[in-house]
Amino acid sequence: MESSRSKIMMASMITIVAISAFYFLLPEGISAQQEEKIFKTHSGAIVKTTGQILDPQYTESTMEFDPMEYLREFNYGRVSTLPDGTTLREFTIIAEDDEEMEVAPGVFFNTWTFNGTVPGPTIRATEGDLVRVKFINNGEKEHTIHFHGIHEAQFDGVFEPVGSGGGQFTYEFRAGPVGVHPYHCHIMPLEEHIARGLYGVFIVDPKEGREPADEMVMVLNGLDTDFDAENNFYAANTIPFYYQHHPIQINTGDLIRVYVVNMVEFDPINNLHLHGNLYRYNPTGTDTDSFFTDMITLSQTERGIMEFSYDYPGKYLFHAHKVEFSEKGWVGLFLVNGEPLAETVGSIDYGS
Amino acid sequence: MEVNSTSKGKLIASGVIPFVFLIIMVAYIFGPGSDLLDLGVPLPEITMEKVDFMNSEIHVTVRNTGPIPVDIVIADVNDRIHPAAIEPDKHLERFETALVRIPFEWNEAEPYIIGLTINDGTRFEKEIEAAAPALEPDLELFGFFAIIGTYVGIIPVMIGLLWLPFIKKISKSKYHFFLALTAGLLLFLGIDSVEEALEVSKESLAGSFNGMLLVATVVVLSFLGLYYSGEKLVKRAETSRLAKPVAIALMISIGIGLHNFGEGLAIGAAVGLGSIAFSTFLIVGFALHNTTEGIAIAAPMSRGKTMIGKLAAMGLIAGSPAIFGAWVGGFVYSPFTSVVFLSIGAGAIFQVIITILRWIREEGDKNLSSAAVASGFAIGMLIMYLTSILV
Repeated sequence: MESSRSKIMMASMITIVAISAFYFLLPEGISAQQEEKIFKTHSGAIVKTTGQILDPQYTESTMEFDPMEYLREFNYGRVSTLPDGTTLREFTIIAEDDEEMEVAPGVFFNTWTFNGTVPGPTIRATEGDLVRVKFINNGEKEHTIHFHGIHEAQFDGVFEPVGSGGGQFTYEFRAGPVGVHPYHCHIMPLEEHIARGLYGVFIVDPKEGREPADEMVMVLNGLDTDFDAENNFYAANTIPFYYQHHPIQINTGDLIRVYVVNMVEFDPINNLHLHGNLYRYNPTGTDTDSFFTDMITLSQTERGIMEFSYDYPGKYLFHAHKVEFSEKGWVGLFLVNGEPLAETVGSIDYGS
Repeated sequence: MEVNSTSKGKLIASGVIPFVFLIIMVAYIFGPGSDLLDLGVPLPEITMEKVDFMNSEIHVTVRNTGPIPVDIVIADVNDRIHPAAIEPDKHLERFETALVRIPFEWNEAEPYIIGLTINDGTRFEKEIEAAAPALEPDLELFGFFAIIGTYVGIIPVMIGLLWLPFIKKISKSKYHFFLALTAGLLLFLGIDSVEEALEVSKESLAGSFNGMLLVATVVVLSFLGLYYSGEKLVKRAETSRLAKPVAIALMISIGIGLHNFGEGLAIGAAVGLGSIAFSTFLIVGFALHNTTEGIAIAAPMSRGKTMIGKLAAMGLIAGSPAIFGAWVGGFVYSPFTSVVFLSIGAGAIFQVIITILRWIREEGDKNLSSAAVASGFAIGMLIMYLTSILV
């Protein structure tokens, strides 16, 4: 009696072990889904799968932030004229730090934002305008706005933390000097407040204006989504690989002007290389100095104005030549449309 | 009769009532009481259990080993993002697995770090020391593993058995020395298996499997299972024509066989994972190491009449599992099975040690502290340690 019972015990124990062993021997299980999908690798190879594709292509994106819209969006503020003839530009910027943003397909990360996006709105004024920025902090932490440029100490956004849950402060200064400048939160820990996304671009145009051009803003940035003080993703305008899968459309012969600002944290430098062309680069956009190159190196908050135009149509890459960054998303394409404007030496089908 | 049935009813009720309360408590915690325990943030976790280097692709078997469901959203190689596929789909419930296929032109024998990023932006990584092509289970490889298994399992054990005539001729105390030596050898093997099992569980098994406790549980279960069936075998030996020394030798071969299965598993897996190159030197090391296992079987057998056939059969029982282990390890490796088999081997070994020590006590003068036994035990450990350096 007793021995038969223990035999049963033994047998059941062995069965349990055997079943669990088989379960772990065949971890993939049996897939019922057999529909095949196709994707392209970075080197152009075609791969088929019965499963899902992991690739930041943004074909069925649900993202609220649209890098294509941000690229050419300039905010001039609510404009009025003061009795002395000065142009007054009023802006409202609201900080938030408790929302998640889809920063790459399927990756949801708690970014800290000015007006709900990373980067914040590009604000633009003409040299000498009076700029008035009403700042509202709807976040859970203290924040400020620190503008690069020339202004009084009290509006420097360092020693006047704006309290959470609706705290307010109004920054006021004369727009200047001419150029492209960053603005960002200046609360400690500063690296965190910047890397989480509290920054944007402030453009000061010269009084006489600039030559008409197809203008765009590129903020070179990165995101450390797992808090190891290293960026997981890099991009121009936050979303990795976006402009690679959605090329920026430009035309042959058009003057292209890019306001480029490096806001990458953690890594000491960033850079920008343009394919098939060189550009005139004016550091900080102050019009005091410029040079002709296809490669600039930028440290934190270094910025400038790039100007170029393409003679030949086709696809041209622009990316960090610190290739690690480009392989983590800081890469994009210009799709140049139109007829060639110079003599061509090859007969290539440029495609579209 | 009636009284009996009511008391039986009470008995059943008293056994069931605690379960009822347990079920009520669990239901409450998951239901209306869930807010009470909603403290802290559950952190997601995934474990890459297996990385295979295929033709122009890297295949990663990933399991959700955390407390909450996750989505796998980005794959990278050496911290550089690559387009990839995930089968059957990117959403993983708890303990669910998926296969991530990353197209990548990898180079043989070079190290790689495979990274997977999940929906909250956390990146997990797994380091591969040296990329080696995944083993395709073909006949040639099947034969290759069989040859390796023969070299490290069967042949050395058989050579060890050749000491039998020598052990037969020596005095009783020298004989006890050899039995104790065997116990020493086996103790070393047992510790070795446990160490190996813990190492595998630490490297490749998710924390949720409680690697340490898994090893402990399987070792004890294996020990108890063999202890129980071994006792039966020895008891039957007393009444049947099977001599007691033969029964003990048989148990030792089974124990060693289970151990060698684990060893074969480790070898097959190591070849499969590309973490060792199979050099002649390594095979020589394993062979020397395993020759001692033959002595362990020969020692108890030396006190009966020599039975060549039985001896050879025991050599096969002890040695051939190395071949099966190599096949399993090389073709269907999973860290979980590895840990389980290594632990079974360790439990078996510990059981055999107990059997031998009892045999010495019965055979000898109810004395385990003689010079012969103590020195035999010590030298057994030492031999194993020294030959293990070769492996």
